[in-house]
Amino acid sequence: MTTSNRTKLIKRGAIWGFILLELVFFSVAGRFLSLSQTQFMDLDNMLLLLKQSAPIGIIALGMTVIMINGNIDLSVGAIFALSAIVMLDSQTWPIFQGLGELGVIPVAWGLALLTGVALGALNGLIVWKTGVDAFIVTLGSMLGYRGLVFMYNGEQPTFLLNWTLVDLAESNVLGLEFPAIVFILLTVLIWFLMTKTVHGRNAYAVGDNREAAVNAGIRVGPHMLWNFILIGFLTALSAVVFYSASGSVNPNDGGLYELWAITAVVLGGTKLTGGSGSVINTFGGVIAIQLLRKGLGHIGADTETVNLVIGLILIAVLFLDRQLNIKGKGELRI
Amino acid sequence: MSVQTPALRLVGIVKTFPGVRALDGVSFEVLPGEVHALLGENGAGKSTLMKVLAGMHQPDEGAIFIEGRKVTMRTPLEAKAQGVVLIHQELSLAEEMSVAENIYLGELPRKRFGLVDRPTLLAKAGAILERLNCRFGPEATVGDLSIANKQMVEIARALTVDAKTVVFDEPTASLTDAEKVVLFDIIRDLKARGVGVVYISHRMEEIFTISDRISVLRDGSHRGTLITADTDEDAVTQLMIGRSLDLSRNHEAPDLGPVALEVRGLSCDALFSDISFKVHSGEVVGFYGLVGAGRTEIAETLFGLRTPSAGAIHLDGREVKISSPVSAIENGISLVPENRKEQGLVLGMNCRDNITLPQVGDLTAGPFVSDGAEIAIFDHYRDKLEIKTPNWRQLVGNLSGGNQQKIVIGKWLSMRPKVLIVDEPTRGIDVGSKSEIHKLIRDLARQGYAVIVISSEMPEVLHVSDRIIAMYQGRIMREFTAEEVTEDTLVQAISGIVANGDRAA
Repeated sequence: MTTSNRTKLIKRGAIWGFILLELVFFSVAGRFLSLSQTQFMDLDNMLLLLKQSAPIGIIALGMTVIMINGNIDLSVGAIFALSAIVMLDSQTWPIFQGLGELGVIPVAWGLALLTGVALGALNGLIVWKTGVDAFIVTLGSMLGYRGLVFMYNGEQPTFLLNWTLVDLAESNVLGLEFPAIVFILLTVLIWFLMTKTVHGRNAYAVGDNREAAVNAGIRVGPHMLWNFILIGFLTALSAVVFYSASGSVNPNDGGLYELWAITAVVLGGTKLTGGSGSVINTFGGVIAIQLLRKGLGHIGADTETVNLVIGLILIAVLFLDRQLNIKGKGELRI
Repeated sequence: MSVQTPALRLVGIVKTFPGVRALDGVSFEVLPGEVHALLGENGAGKSTLMKVLAGMHQPDEGAIFIEGRKVTMRTPLEAKAQGVVLIHQELSLAEEMSVAENIYLGELPRKRFGLVDRPTLLAKAGAILERLNCRFGPEATVGDLSIANKQMVEIARALTVDAKTVVFDEPTASLTDAEKVVLFDIIRDLKARGVGVVYISHRMEEIFTISDRISVLRDGSHRGTLITADTDEDAVTQLMIGRSLDLSRNHEAPDLGPVALEVRGLSCDALFSDISFKVHSGEVVGFYGLVGAGRTEIAETLFGLRTPSAGAIHLDGREVKISSPVSAIENGISLVPENRKEQGLVLGMNCRDNITLPQVGDLTAGPFVSDGAEIAIFDHYRDKLEIKTPNWRQLVGNLSGGNQQKIVIGKWLSMRPKVLIVDEPTRGIDVGSKSEIHKLIRDLARQGYAVIVISSEMPEVLHVSDRIIAMYQGRIMREFTAEEVTEDTLVQAISGIVANGDRAA
């Protein structure tokens, strides 16, 4: 029992230990290798890092819930792009012309979020009603939703410049910019959802043992639908946060976001098979990836090497996790 | 016989798991050309012993000898290479592949470049199937075969190697009478060729038909070996059950309340038909029958997991429609399922959360779950059911089988059901906890619950039930009161033999 407690502690703390290691490594290595004079652990640099983490981070929060639930959502990248297009394009629609630059913002945001909710709900409904595995359903909708993105404006990017919106998006509190604030607030909110509410409790139960959850009278289908709606909403919110400042969407935007989100969730220790995981650790996973990108850039590595290093680290982490899990359990060797 | 070197000999095998001493110094041998039956109740250690034999578990102490040589078997493959082959009760076949591929899985005949030599494969597999008198060819897909035929494929697999010892684990569990005859011929054939056979079964009649010697395990230790020709069923039963477990017949007069549950003409396609019975509150009704008699399926239907094709369910005299577990729970029916770990518990969750799982939606303070309310419920049932756990934070997966079962029972009692269905209440639970669970079931009836107990263990059914319903192939054969039931009549009823000795249609 003490060993299992120790194992649990190691697993929970691992991602934070890793982040600490990154900070130390890049600070020290930066002294010798960096071309710039700035310190790696400069406050502005760290605040910027938080802001840059936000788009993937907000999606990863939803992905954590989905994966704890024993599902997966591959369509988030496409939902991200489609929500962004709706937000920017809707501001040019004739019916909203009377609202002015400020007045149109809540409408545009609302429509974008509604898009995310609708697309997520569609995923959830298909998973619930057909019983097809979420991997397959969202693989299909990933292609389908991306198709919608291209149907909207062809290969052309969708533009919009609304200075009021940009100003709003670039506002900050105590140096924390809008995206970073949203990311942190949502992390706390979803943490409460998963650890303190009935919905969260049921999410763990369904992911750990779906049959036992059904037998305990949990309505598993509707439960999973809500989670797909949640990740759709969060993905759209991520798009809202990001594109409010940028004002231009390419039809390929959000590509591979699903994989980055899953990577962050897995680095944070959430099991692919469901039933265990933590939103706080996903936050750590997101930060760890962003630190790695920035840090490698800081010491002068090519952007190409960044992906290679992250890939290797991911495999190493999962291998270590497996070693911790099988210790003393006499698992079959393969 | 004593001068022969045993084909397989185990000496002083000890195997412990956290909290359980599964095997406690077991010694056992099989001579070449002998069928040695291994008997014991569920949980006596048979399956652990077998896994040790097959290289799936490593013994903590003791030694294994094959033809007098001491060996260690670290994997099933090594065991097979040493000539020990296990025929599983639970089939481990690749359903989508052909019979021939399954038979030679892992040792497919090859041509150059690692290509599979299909003609050789089919010819060799075909020859084995012919020897077994199988009515399907080597090219058939395993998934399309009946369970009995799948078992034949498992047996065929064992015959591909030069087996010195073959272990059969409950081989007849899913076989028809005709198929049993074939199986026994195969066993006699193995015997004639000097192979040692270990035959594990619950069924006395088969053991006396086929075996030369009988060894009995109880509570993880070896209780004796008898020569089949010199003994009888009573002596074997004596060894098997011993006196450690109080499984005397239930003589308590039930304090019957009104009828809580009445089922009329319930049918579900091919699974069971025309099931009618009543359960009073304050009464324990036992369902007894062979595996596959439809008992679990009836429980699942009452709990809303299956949709009946005909019939009605009345609770407290009112007809109810039960379409899902949610509506079953709302109507006051709870099910403690057959497979605790797969169907009843969320193993990665703690004790408290498992108990409150069905009602956590009602235990809220504002948007959040109320810790205090949950702990109060947990404390109540921990004390009431004497659940042994250091605290509520303990993961359910770390508890013993008996305590896990109490968690499941506590979960449902906390929902205040009218009808509690308990499917195989003591499967995989050690002897001490068994009697605790039995006592608990009797207590629940005394408190006014209507309890249905489904069990495959006759002593258990006799011990806890006020009435016993005997099932055979999806039908109720006979209903007994605790006073009138005898082991003979019960066994006859579940074998499809009605009172006058005729077979049921």
